Amino acid sequence: MTDYLLEVRDLSVTFHTTRGPVDAVRNVSWHLNRGEVLAILGESGSGKSVSAAAIMDLIDMPPGEIKSGEIFFEGENLLTMDQEARREINGKKIAMIFQDPLSHLNPVYTVGWQIEETMVIHGTARRVAQKEMLSLLTKVGIPDPILAAKKYPHQFSGGQRQRVMIAMALALKPDVLIADEPTTALDVTVQAQILKLLQELQRETGMGLVIITHDLGVVAEIADRVVVMNNAEIVESGLVSDVYHNPKHAYTKKLIASAPGNGEMSSGVKSQEPILQLENVSKAYGDFVALRGMSFELMPGEVVAIVGESGSGKSTVARMLLRLEEASGGVVKYRGDDILSMSSSELLSIRRDIQMVFQDPTQSLNPRMSVYQIISEAWIIHAGIIAKSKWKERAGQLLEQVGLKREHLDRYPHQFSGGQKQRIAIARALALEPKIIICDEAVSALDVSIQAQVIALLKGLQKNLGISFIFIAHDLPVVRDFADRVIVMKSGEIVEEGAVQQIFEAPKELYTRNLLNASLDPDPKVQAARRMAAAAVS
Amino acid sequence: MNKFILKRALASLVSLLFLVVAVFFLSRLTGDPTDLYLPVDASLASREQFRKIHGLDQPLMVQFFNYVRDLAVLDFGESIRRARPALDVVLEAFKWTLQLALITLFLVTLAAIIFGSLAAFRVGGMFDRFATFFSLIGASAPDFWLAIVAIVVFSVGLGWVPTSGTGTMMHWILPVTILFIRPFGLILQVVRSSMITALSAAYIKTARAKGAKAKSIIFIHALRNALLPIITVIGDQAAGMLNGAVIVETIFGFPGVGKLMIDSILQRDFSVVLASIMVTAFVIFLMNILIDLLYAVLDPRIRY
Amino acid sequence: MSVSENISTIETPKKGKIKTFFSLLWSDQFAFFAAVFLILVLTSVIFGPMLLDYDAGRQNLRGRNAAPFDFTRGWMWFLGGDQLGRPLLARVLVAAQNTIFVAGGAVMISMTIGSVLGVIAGNSRGRLGQFIPRIADVIMSFPSLLLAVIVLYMLEPSVSNIIIVLAITRIPVYLRTARAEILEIRERMFIQAAIVMGASKFRIIFRHMMPMLLPTLLTVATLDFAFVMLAESSLSFLGIGIQPPDITWGLMVSQGRPYLTTAWWLSFWPGLAIIFTTLSLNLISNWIRIALDPQQRWRLEIESKKND
Repeated sequence: MTDYLLEVRDLSVTFHTTRGPVDAVRNVSWHLNRGEVLAILGESGSGKSVSAAAIMDLIDMPPGEIKSGEIFFEGENLLTMDQEARREINGKKIAMIFQDPLSHLNPVYTVGWQIEETMVIHGTARRVAQKEMLSLLTKVGIPDPILAAKKYPHQFSGGQRQRVMIAMALALKPDVLIADEPTTALDVTVQAQILKLLQELQRETGMGLVIITHDLGVVAEIADRVVVMNNAEIVESGLVSDVYHNPKHAYTKKLIASAPGNGEMSSGVKSQEPILQLENVSKAYGDFVALRGMSFELMPGEVVAIVGESGSGKSTVARMLLRLEEASGGVVKYRGDDILSMSSSELLSIRRDIQMVFQDPTQSLNPRMSVYQIISEAWIIHAGIIAKSKWKERAGQLLEQVGLKREHLDRYPHQFSGGQKQRIAIARALALEPKIIICDEAVSALDVSIQAQVIALLKGLQKNLGISFIFIAHDLPVVRDFADRVIVMKSGEIVEEGAVQQIFEAPKELYTRNLLNASLDPDPKVQAARRMAAAAVS
Repeated sequence: MNKFILKRALASLVSLLFLVVAVFFLSRLTGDPTDLYLPVDASLASREQFRKIHGLDQPLMVQFFNYVRDLAVLDFGESIRRARPALDVVLEAFKWTLQLALITLFLVTLAAIIFGSLAAFRVGGMFDRFATFFSLIGASAPDFWLAIVAIVVFSVGLGWVPTSGTGTMMHWILPVTILFIRPFGLILQVVRSSMITALSAAYIKTARAKGAKAKSIIFIHALRNALLPIITVIGDQAAGMLNGAVIVETIFGFPGVGKLMIDSILQRDFSVVLASIMVTAFVIFLMNILIDLLYAVLDPRIRY
Repeated sequence: MSVSENISTIETPKKGKIKTFFSLLWSDQFAFFAAVFLILVLTSVIFGPMLLDYDAGRQNLRGRNAAPFDFTRGWMWFLGGDQLGRPLLARVLVAAQNTIFVAGGAVMISMTIGSVLGVIAGNSRGRLGQFIPRIADVIMSFPSLLLAVIVLYMLEPSVSNIIIVLAITRIPVYLRTARAEILEIRERMFIQAAIVMGASKFRIIFRHMMPMLLPTLLTVATLDFAFVMLAESSLSFLGIGIQPPDITWGLMVSQGRPYLTTAWWLSFWPGLAIIFTTLSLNLISNWIRIALDPQQRWRLEIESKKND
């Protein structure tokens, strides 16, 4: 027996994979009190979501296997209950919301029906559920609930979908809500709103809230206590401010140190002849205008960051100037020649000079080519960069330059982690000795500790090789650490443009200020102060 | 919506026209009906007269334009062999084919969806292994062979059902069963794999976290998402059956449109061949439109 | 990815590709026996007519409709004799060649033409990309049996003509598969990366797209092989396929039909050969699909560990 609302004791879960059994969690124990917010913090592969999956009976067995442990909810061990009893608890006593609500909502049923279903499953009459559903939608801040209830998930925005998920989870006033990365992939301003909603609802109902996240900022904003996980084990736990200010375990220290947004800001590069000039570049898809006449310049050796929320047109810029898509109008001058009007043979020589690193390295590397083939392909396409006899040597050098080993040349992409794959993608770009590298959300999919390493690598390339970067990102702290100049975009237009210090310390536009305020600081004290300030304003 | 149907109708009309032209000329290359219908020693005059009656004395192009002109007023020509309007002959046969197809499809769909879904729910389990194995046997079995083995065992050996013909309920049992087997195997495979995909989707996790019952997870949450590819393959099978189950019709002496089509080619009864092609193509076109509409009903993300 | 993050630095034990292949095959016993059976079929395709042609064609009046499982006449008569007193076992083994040649030829031709057209259609955004799929629609709207009957009625029903007819009717399958796959692969990031690098259209298709497309096409082809075999058998059964004295399994079933009530084995054995071959092809195709799908492959690998 225990006094906690929910307790996980000594849980070990193993998954049988192609490479033999892998421990997902080893001897994990944590607990949750009524009315408390607990954060489980960890990077990808740390096992942070596994105990939640075990609580909700979501682990597929096989390939999963619960090796040991107990999960007590209100004093009863969930793992020894029969399926029917656990089904009764799911959704009624313990509810869960997930990352990426679009794929977690059933695409072929209306959201109203899906919210009602939670109640109907557990014995509420459909008619009662219908009424309750409408008041839930109002409560989570969906405008015009009667109309919204008849719509399908794909007809909502990302933030609204997460609100719908929350309404669905809270329909039966559960004692515990588990939120698995609820704000990942949402824009910062939306993230702030969702966290606020969760906080309000948690206070109102007094439920226990478990929030699973990789983001120190989210922990600082919302949690009372935190459990830090690494490599399938809990390395540290305690009150959020204690853990942040006095981390005991080496891993926690490293994690806090690598949080972006605390480094020295760049003071900019010398103004000289620009290497790249965009003049009035625009793009329309039918009636939809993605880009409305964008102009900016890039100096040799400069890092220009383009930031904006989803749909701002920031990635469209890159696709235009690389001719992955044809622009609707404008000029892109590279050393005086207009890229947008070049023939494909002229374009080939430009391709050498402007390279790109994509967001998801898993998808941007051909899975059927070895690392050597991936890197040397550049030299096959552009004959004459180096002699074929030196390819192996040079490819090895490039790998070492990006922090990998020469022996890795014969391996295939799937044998590497996400961060390592992104390094390979950077090595591929470097093989052509480019003058400009465009990074489209190149570090967004990476864990913070790896993000910091990759940014350091890019900085080195900028300094040592004089490469210019166009760094497209939604994550402001990362931009702060890397950029010389920042362009803020909204609905296809530049809102504000300036040196990195000016944008971060003295933003002129309201939009930029909102964006900066919404992004979360990993320090719980700073976050608390911001909350106070925000409350005072409103 | 209307624009979409119109576009589809136009595309179908184009390929039907192509088909009619091709069959019209190709079938005439198989020979002159006169040689088939008149005795070998028939006089030249009687041959000429036969040709004249059936319009075969005209140049091929003229014959074709006459045919198209008659088509415009829905006159499909006469059957040489039966001396009746070709359309009547075809519709009579098509009635049988349609009944056979509808009964079989209904049973196949029901069985394949139930067994396929259950197999997908526990992949690799006992039920799944059996269902997969038997569906593979079903998909692999030559229907003509199954048909004659079934006749030997059930009609000749045990005497349970008649060997061929139509008339009583008992006459339907063997044709429907034989026709059932291959589509069942094929559709079950598609149901199974489509359901495996649907059951591993993220929204199933949500349903489980809500506490939904297994039955509702399979048949409400997953199945509706899995239905699109299933309907596509059912449509393909249905089209095959509507074109006539030649083998089954031949073996069981079932007067359907498939047998009629092949017989008419062999008998050089050209207007019947063309009429049966057009009738079946029209019904298949209607069915495809219905399927497209069904897609949009089942998946709100599809809009035409 | 989450798991590999921890594992990537650990050297994975390198099993030879061939050994992995066999252990994966052995772990699905159905597929294993299917493979063994197909090898047997292939052996009789290659050696059957060479060694047994004489026996298969020699008529023996005393052996007419001889019952099977009778050991007194020697192993060749184990499956009985046909209406002209020819040993059925020898005939089944000899007929394997035509049966497999017809199906194999039709699959190869339709796969080549269909996938070339599909790849072109998938890669061209202009009129060609619109027009090529229409070819598939037109062929699909043609009742395939009718096409076969008309063509074979006009031309002589030789092995090569049957192959051509069957190949034409199967082109849409490959055309559609290849086109759909290419449309999907075309949007993948690594294709975009290759474009950014300056790779030519030719290079993108052959170096980047084809390796992704080929496994899918081969899986479809295995399945289709079974389908084409059944189609050929149906044609032969209807009497418009291969003509005697050439033999295929379908023709043998047809020839035995008049003797159904007195000598069932005439039709039974060749039918069984068809069903076993198509079943084996289906099982193998199923196995390939699982072995190539990283999400499902663990099922086989766990099995193979148990068996090690």
